[in-house]
Amino acid sequence: MSAAVDMRENEEQVLHAERAFGFWIYLMTDAILFALLFATYIVMLPGTAGGPEAKALFSLPRAAGETALLLVSSLTFGLATLAMLAGRKQAVLGWLAVTFLLGLGFVAMELSEFAGMIALDNGPERSGFLSAFFALVGTHGLHVSMGMLWIVVMAAQVMIKGLTVPVGSRLFRLGLFWHFLDIVWVGIFSIVYLPGVM
Amino acid sequence: MEHAGIGHGHSLKNYLVGFTLAIVLTAIPFALVAMGVLPRTTTFVIVAVAAVAQILVHLRFFLNLGFATTPRENLLALVFAAVLIFLMVGGSLWIMFDLDYRHGM
Repeated sequence: MSAAVDMRENEEQVLHAERAFGFWIYLMTDAILFALLFATYIVMLPGTAGGPEAKALFSLPRAAGETALLLVSSLTFGLATLAMLAGRKQAVLGWLAVTFLLGLGFVAMELSEFAGMIALDNGPERSGFLSAFFALVGTHGLHVSMGMLWIVVMAAQVMIKGLTVPVGSRLFRLGLFWHFLDIVWVGIFSIVYLPGVM
Repeated sequence: MEHAGIGHGHSLKNYLVGFTLAIVLTAIPFALVAMGVLPRTTTFVIVAVAAVAQILVHLRFFLNLGFATTPRENLLALVFAAVLIFLMVGGSLWIMFDLDYRHGM
């Protein structure tokens, strides 16, 4: 009996390891997608078509604020992962909630930036440069929004199903996704915002 | 290190070290750009170096990658993606800026 249970647990472990690997492959393809959006942005930098250049559009304090929100949210997701490993359900839910709010703050700042630009007729249709900017930063923002939706789904699963092995495995993959988005953001502030206001 | 699987190498110390390093590697480029004391090219190089360093810090301390602890195929996929990114981004920029040059822009 016990050998059969062991074997099933082992199979389950292999299954979750395979899923983690599959998700890792997805993240690598996503990294390639973002890399090409970065390349497009750099190529499009001079293509302002008489419209505003980066310097007139970007705000360093806003970029710093967005960076701080995402970085802290990476830490709080890490704390949720540690709480999960310790089997502390309430702590997992608490840290997921904090991570969600930080993500919400980030998306809100980004949307207000986009809205401000579009209100001044500097939307994606203004120039090749702005198309590339909205494509790159917007794709990242969309990923963060999807990550937030996923956080809500996982919080519900933790509440309803508890910290079971499948739930833990999904939370782990969500963590990979969330940390990955912070890495992409490092690229965005280093290639878009900092050189933009320099 | 803990036993294999999900719990691999996750520790509070790891996250805090990574977080601290990430703050330092973010503060340096932002402060340099805000102050604007160094020449443009120097600032740009420091921003680039800090970005690469920070990405490595995230991979090591947040995504818990390690040569000994991460499965070999995960690292291979990462290296393969890095090679593809290098070829496609490097190649695109090379071709596009060479075109600009030949068009006398």
